[in-house]
This record gives sequence, C-alpha cells and structure tokens, in this order.
Amino acid sequence: MPRPHLGLLAALAAAYGIFAFSDRIDPYHLDVLVGIGINVILAVSLNLVNGYTGQFSLGHAGFMSVGAYLSAAVTMLLGPRLFGGDSSAWQQNSLFLAALMAGGLGAAVAGLLVGVPSLRLKGDYLALVTLGFGEIIRVIFQNFEPLGGALGLNGIPAYTNIFWVLAFAAFTVFTVACLVHSTYGRGFIATQDDEIAAEAIGLNTTRYKTVAFVVAAFFAGIAGGLYGHFKQTITPGGFDFNRSIEIVVMVILGGMGNTIGVILAAVLLTLLPEVLRPVAEYRMILYSLLLILLMIVRPQGLFNLRFWKTHH
Amino acid sequence: MLEVTDLSVSYGAISALGGISFSIEAGSIVTLIGANGAGKTTTLRALSGLVRAKGGRVTFAGADITNLAPHRIVARGLCHVPEGRMIFSNLTVDENLAMGAYLQKDQARIATNRDYVFGIFPRLQERLLQPAGTLSGGEQQMLAIGRALMGNPKLLMLDEPSLGIAPKLIRTIFEKIVEINRRHGVTILLVEQNANLALEISHRAFVLETGRIVMAGESRTLRANPELKAAYLGG
Repeated sequence: MPRPHLGLLAALAAAYGIFAFSDRIDPYHLDVLVGIGINVILAVSLNLVNGYTGQFSLGHAGFMSVGAYLSAAVTMLLGPRLFGGDSSAWQQNSLFLAALMAGGLGAAVAGLLVGVPSLRLKGDYLALVTLGFGEIIRVIFQNFEPLGGALGLNGIPAYTNIFWVLAFAAFTVFTVACLVHSTYGRGFIATQDDEIAAEAIGLNTTRYKTVAFVVAAFFAGIAGGLYGHFKQTITPGGFDFNRSIEIVVMVILGGMGNTIGVILAAVLLTLLPEVLRPVAEYRMILYSLLLILLMIVRPQGLFNLRFWKTHH
Repeated sequence: MLEVTDLSVSYGAISALGGISFSIEAGSIVTLIGANGAGKTTTLRALSGLVRAKGGRVTFAGADITNLAPHRIVARGLCHVPEGRMIFSNLTVDENLAMGAYLQKDQARIATNRDYVFGIFPRLQERLLQPAGTLSGGEQQMLAIGRALMGNPKLLMLDEPSLGIAPKLIRTIFEKIVEINRRHGVTILLVEQNANLALEISHRAFVLETGRIVMAGESRTLRANPELKAAYLGG
C-alpha cells in the first residue's frame, strides 16, 4: 500500500483510539482538541487555494457557514422524520455522515458558483469577490427566518465527537497531499509559480483554480457541519470576515503551500488564545503581538523549506 | 505552416498590433526583430492564445486557430517559451519537464522526448532533482526550452532567449536553437533584441515597429540593409 494511504489508516486508527479513551480526557481538553481538528480542516483546505495554487480567497468562513447551515438543516429536519423520537447510535452516525456530505457538497456547489466567474480574475480582485461572497452569505442567513435569522440556529444535535473531527482532519490532509503530489496536481504549483508559463505549456489554469477552489469549499463545508454539531448553535455572525481572516493567518503563518507547516500553525493558533486565557483582557493584544513577531522572524512561514531553498 | 493575416491586438484602448501579416514556412527559422514596445511579445502571445486578437486570422498547419484557448493551441504543436524564462521555480527540473509533457499521453514518446532534451541540454540531466529556482539564468533558459520541447512542438516560439544570460552562454543557446531546427526539424519563430545574432541564424526576418511590420525579407539581405544596420545592428 502506498505511504499516504498507510498514513491515513494510521491516523484513522489513532482518531478512534482517542475517541475510545475520550471518557478519561478532561472535557475542556477534548473541546480544545475538537477546535484544533476543525481549524486543521479549514486551514489545510484553504492552503490548496491560497498556498499551492497561489490564489487569494477571503471567503472560507462563507463556505463553512453554507456547510454548517445545510448539515444542521438535514439532521434537524430529516432526523425526527426518519427515526422518530429515539434513534440508535448507528442511525445517528449515518444521518450525521449524510448531513456532513450534504453540507460539503452544498459548499462545493457554492464554490463552483463563485469560482467559475471570478477565477478568471487575478490576485486582489479575487480576494474582493470572495470577501463579498462571504458577506452576502452572512446577510442571507441573517435574514432567512426558517434557519433562525439573526438569532441563529439552536438545538442542533450534538453529533460531533472527537473521532469524526480527527478522522475528517486526516482525510483532508490526505486528499490535499495526494492531489498536490500527483502528476495532475503539480499543475497547482505550476499555476502558482507562473501562470503564463503554465498556460504556454498547455495547462488550463482556470480549471486548476476552479478545482482547487471547489475542493477547498467542500472541506470548509464539512468543517462547518462538524462545528455546528459540536457547538449545537450557529449564528451568522460566527462566520464573518474575521473568521476567514483567522484561517488565512494560519495558512500564511504555516508557510503557503506547506501542509505540515499549516497544520502546526492551525494547532498553534488554536492553542494560543487558550494558553493566554489567564491574562484575560490583554489576551488579544498579546496574540496580535505574537503574530507580528512571528512574521518578522519567519516571513516565509514556519515551515517553508522549498521557498527557503529558492530564495537564499 | 503558419499564416498570419491582418492580426491586431489592443490592450484596452491602446493598440499594440495594428494589423500585421506574415507567414512561416515549415522547417525554417524566422525572426521577429524590433525595439522595445514594438509588439514582438504581443505577437507571440496572440499566436499562442495568451492574449485575445481583436481582429485578423491565424492559421496553423491548415487550421484556423485564432483565439483558441492556449491549451488547445499547444495541443496542435505550437509551443511558446515565454520571455524571462518563466520556469516553475518551486518544482524540480524533472517536474518542470514532466509539466511540459502535460498534454502528452504516450509514455514511450515522453521518454524519447526526455532523452532528446537531455541530448541537447546535458546540463539538465545533471540537475534533474534540483528545484528549478536554484538554476543559473542560462540553465533556466535551457530548462524553459527543454520544457517546451517535451510538448512535441512543430513550431517553437522563443521570446528573447538571450535576455539576462551571460554573454558566453548566449552563443551556446543560439547554437542549440539551430540544432533543434536542423537536426529535429522543428520550425522556429524567434523574437530577439540581439538582432545581429538573430539575423545570423535565421532564414527570414520581419522588422516590427510600433505594431506594424516595416521591413521583411531574407535575413542575409536584411543584414546588409543600411537602414536596419543603423537602427538595430549598431552601425
């Protein structure tokens, strides 16, 4: 079996192991771990667009919200109708998996709708279009009463557990790694390195950008579904511009186009606010200062070996 | 092999090419010379579909390719080595060459092409696993040409292959261009600021000035032309 597949199996086994012992883990630590897993999914998937393919999307939280609302709608509306009042764990889990897929696919369709017209634009323009998309989605959910409107959606069943989160994080890393290291996938890096040269040797760069965008949106949707069924309540405000920026920061800090670095940055930036809790009101100031410091010390990102080689 | 009729290109309101016509015979080396901003790069980009033609027609090997998508034009065997050695610096030399064969499906043919590229540029084989960004300027140019050759070109368009390369290497690169043409039968359209050298290795030449062809003919004849000498060949 090829190495990435073995890695995925090992990660899934580890996820199940942690899940099996989750009774003995402090609930607070478990919560932080779920947060880390969700952020890993978000950051690693966005890295496919912003890192490997060299585009600049500012709308990841928008895709996340599509997944969160859609999957919550599936479990809340479909669940009681299918299983009545009481359902077995097996029924719940399969409904949840279906809901996550629906959320992911919904986000992917949204990604396609935003991507096809806007990926012909370059750089700053794409950033603005995706930023606009995120805001539009937020405003739509805010005014759509059947899904709670501005108050948000409450009472989402708590289906998310540590196994689901870690398993999907592993699956995201696996998919992105396989995609980028395949013959087809070198096209993402080629598009980033030099779009004109890539076109000149016959790459359809628009298609590459669209594929990257849709795949990233899919995983953002999954992350949204996991998040909603973890917090049990979602509000449009939770998926605002700031959330998108947080994910972009993880990608930049980790080193654009370096999956390991981005995973570490996602872990670090999820832990940092938690570790800084004791200093209460100074927390966000310290957080920002640390970010500035890190960017000064390692502007190429924590782990960007390839770029490091190129520029020195 | 290539027939260009009344090709015009504009960037917004600014006209870059004001209707040029020329043709290239199979098996020849044709050069396009002219000053900065004359429209040389724009001509190549319009031919390979990287910029849209506003008017005119491009026929390649008997088929109309005007405003086809770039990857469809490459698939027909018209390959473009863009100006400034646009290699993929974060991919290795090997991966760059693999990307050049992106549209090729025949594995045996790809292997033959690799050997053929290494035959022309042995240096590339020595640097196979090195990130392309770490190559010297001359090596990057070799890689850019090699990458284009991986796509089985019938017509190879080279944009300023001498740009930013050590003078000693320029001659080597030009010898390789002649070799690709003579030994492998690839037709070549060469855009060059170094008009002396370009006229030396080419069969025919066109002189471009502010988006129009102002002179055309056999390279040998043009080299002796006093007007051209004064303008482009340094007296």
